[in-house]
Amino acid sequence: MDTLTKTVGEKQIEKQSMAGSEAVIRSLLAEGVETVFGYPGGAIMPVYDSLWHFQEELKHILTRHEQGAIHAAQGMARVTNKPGVVFATSGPGATNLITGLADAKIDSTPLVCITGQVASPLLGTDAFQETDIISISMPVTKWNTQVTKAEDIPSAIAKAFYIATSGRPGPVLIDITKDAQFASLDFSYKKCNGFRSYVPKPALDHDEVEKAARLIDSAKKPFILFGQGIILSEAENELKAFVEKTGIPAAWTVLGLSAMPTDHPLNVGMLGMHGNYAPNKLTNECDVLIAVGMRFDDRVTGDLSRYAKQAKVVHLEIDPAEIDKNVKTDIAILGDAKESLQLLTSLCSENNHDDWVQKFHDLKAIEYDQVIQKELNPDKPGLTMGEVIRRVNGLTDSEAVVVTDVGQHQMVACRYATFKQTKSNVTSGGLGTMGFCLPAALGAKLGAPERAVVAVIGDGGFQMTLQELGTIFQTNAAVKIIILNNNFLGMVRQWQQLFFDKRYSSTELVNPDFVTISKGFGIEASSVSERQYLDAALKTMMDHDGPYLLEVMVEKEDNVFPMVPTGASVEDVRLS
Amino acid sequence: MKETFTIVVFTENKIGLLNRISAQFTQRHINIESLTASESEYPGIHRFTIVINEDEEKTRKVVKQIEKQVEVLKAYCFKDSETVHSEIALYKIKMDPSLDRPKLDNVLITHGAFVQEQVGSFMIIAKTGTKEETHQLFEDLYPFGLQGFVRSGRVSLSNTMSTFKTYLQALETHSKEIITDNF
Repeated sequence: MDTLTKTVGEKQIEKQSMAGSEAVIRSLLAEGVETVFGYPGGAIMPVYDSLWHFQEELKHILTRHEQGAIHAAQGMARVTNKPGVVFATSGPGATNLITGLADAKIDSTPLVCITGQVASPLLGTDAFQETDIISISMPVTKWNTQVTKAEDIPSAIAKAFYIATSGRPGPVLIDITKDAQFASLDFSYKKCNGFRSYVPKPALDHDEVEKAARLIDSAKKPFILFGQGIILSEAENELKAFVEKTGIPAAWTVLGLSAMPTDHPLNVGMLGMHGNYAPNKLTNECDVLIAVGMRFDDRVTGDLSRYAKQAKVVHLEIDPAEIDKNVKTDIAILGDAKESLQLLTSLCSENNHDDWVQKFHDLKAIEYDQVIQKELNPDKPGLTMGEVIRRVNGLTDSEAVVVTDVGQHQMVACRYATFKQTKSNVTSGGLGTMGFCLPAALGAKLGAPERAVVAVIGDGGFQMTLQELGTIFQTNAAVKIIILNNNFLGMVRQWQQLFFDKRYSSTELVNPDFVTISKGFGIEASSVSERQYLDAALKTMMDHDGPYLLEVMVEKEDNVFPMVPTGASVEDVRLS
Repeated sequence: MKETFTIVVFTENKIGLLNRISAQFTQRHINIESLTASESEYPGIHRFTIVINEDEEKTRKVVKQIEKQVEVLKAYCFKDSETVHSEIALYKIKMDPSLDRPKLDNVLITHGAFVQEQVGSFMIIAKTGTKEETHQLFEDLYPFGLQGFVRSGRVSLSNTMSTFKTYLQALETHSKEIITDNF
């Protein structure tokens, strides 16, 4: 790759003449891209033709659906912190990216999507496979643009990579007309490192950090909430240093999970609707709330009018639009989490809050007795989702990347999976996209081939993108797929039970034989429904050389607790 | 409490930005009362003037979301007391023999309006002023057999020194250190 980048560099001087389609490939190589996920079609055929000549340098993963391609790119981006790259054709190819774009936008995942478009003279004529993807994708991209001239391709791609990865990351889309792909240009590539209107990283205000440090030093019951901002700015060590110096307990959002080892003594668990008892309860008892790289999503805060009203709020955030959006801030520290935390830690005094931390432990003991013990070590015959996750932790020594879909299994996995390494939890947090897991797990495995990647999926979500078993088979990516099968859309059923008088409207699934399906795709599979065989089944899956699918039949009508019902306050978190 | 806000947005001159800006209002279910776009006093920079009727907190949040768009340079919001603002309205009157011209001229003088053009059997009257003023003229011209009426969106300038110029200079100083590609 280095040699090639250099070659591209040398050719910059020559200003080599080439087709727009080749310029697309060379631009991606200049950005250090090694893998592209995609699906060919009429309007992007010139790019695919150029790709043919670069098969050694740029690996293309042919998914079975464009939604699979974009979720796979997201999975890769989440474990590497590098932008995922997607190709799709015009019309339906492009519109199939929309769910993934929306998912990446709300979860701040860097993506560069390149779509083909009908030739520019046909724009606006309702040509075959023409769709106005620029307008359609506008609200779900950080930036998008249409390129109609070959000579604009390198600079558009350079700008796209810069925007996707800088500041608060996000997805971008470049729509390139077919005539621009065919036309020739004098290629040279300059990476973008800024442009006038865009300030990705606000300058750190030392006075505000100083004020925050004084407030934190004077606090009796301070509490840290951290989110994905830690992972995106690679501030894991800075967070750890801050927590350890100040002795402040820290809790995480779903996307912040794995930014701090789960067994760290000051890691007090998960926030929000199905988070842990102590961090939810004590949010309304702390005196200073320090939020780092998180956005006070409604699933975290519950009823805002009863959220941490007693506390002074310090918000460390890169995106100015997040300040005061949901929770009124007393001190806003705008900037990159890594730099902000470094300075803040240096200005805070060493401290400990043992009595306050003990309160978290006391409440954790209550949650353990009433919820966790029963979930992880059940005495009833049916398997629980939690005990499956507990065994996965053991088998992988908490070193795996755990990829989840959306619903009960997701909340259980986030609650009980244990992590030693960062960038290990890949899930659709903000958008809650069913069907995310399987392709995202494929992308995660290709992005982190040396790591074990375990996909934990519900029986509902699995069937939304199960065609990607084909891609997993073709790439032989050793993804370990666990379907937690309760023959229900479990989370919706839980809500129906609790809030709709058990009217299970369209949530019961009559499922196909997942083992046969998997084997039909050439992927080894088995099913387990009894506790005595669970360990062996999981071990067989993990030890298998290559991808493997394990269906685990779990209790049909289990519920996920604790729970902060919609509209309730975090302090009203229910244990049953 | 809802009140009138004038949002002024300075942007790069790029296709699709109008869509990106207006989408911020749509997503939050805010109705745009008027919107005008034009070149600004700075070459290559466009200026949008958007009027909404909303509460202050919601307005300030939407302004931040607009400013977050990568090709937006800066967005401001002003209360009516902080701006000088105006609209232009055109009125079409049929000049038939029954028209009481002296009475009409009197109305125009009172309102500071004028006949911009006479085309065939019609005259076009123009008036600049606030929405209330142009609306009052509409009421007063109605009895004369008004045939057409159109009002522009608001244009406005703040009644304090512009901070945008300083901001733009700072951005441009900073931009010299970065590669600027004009895509």
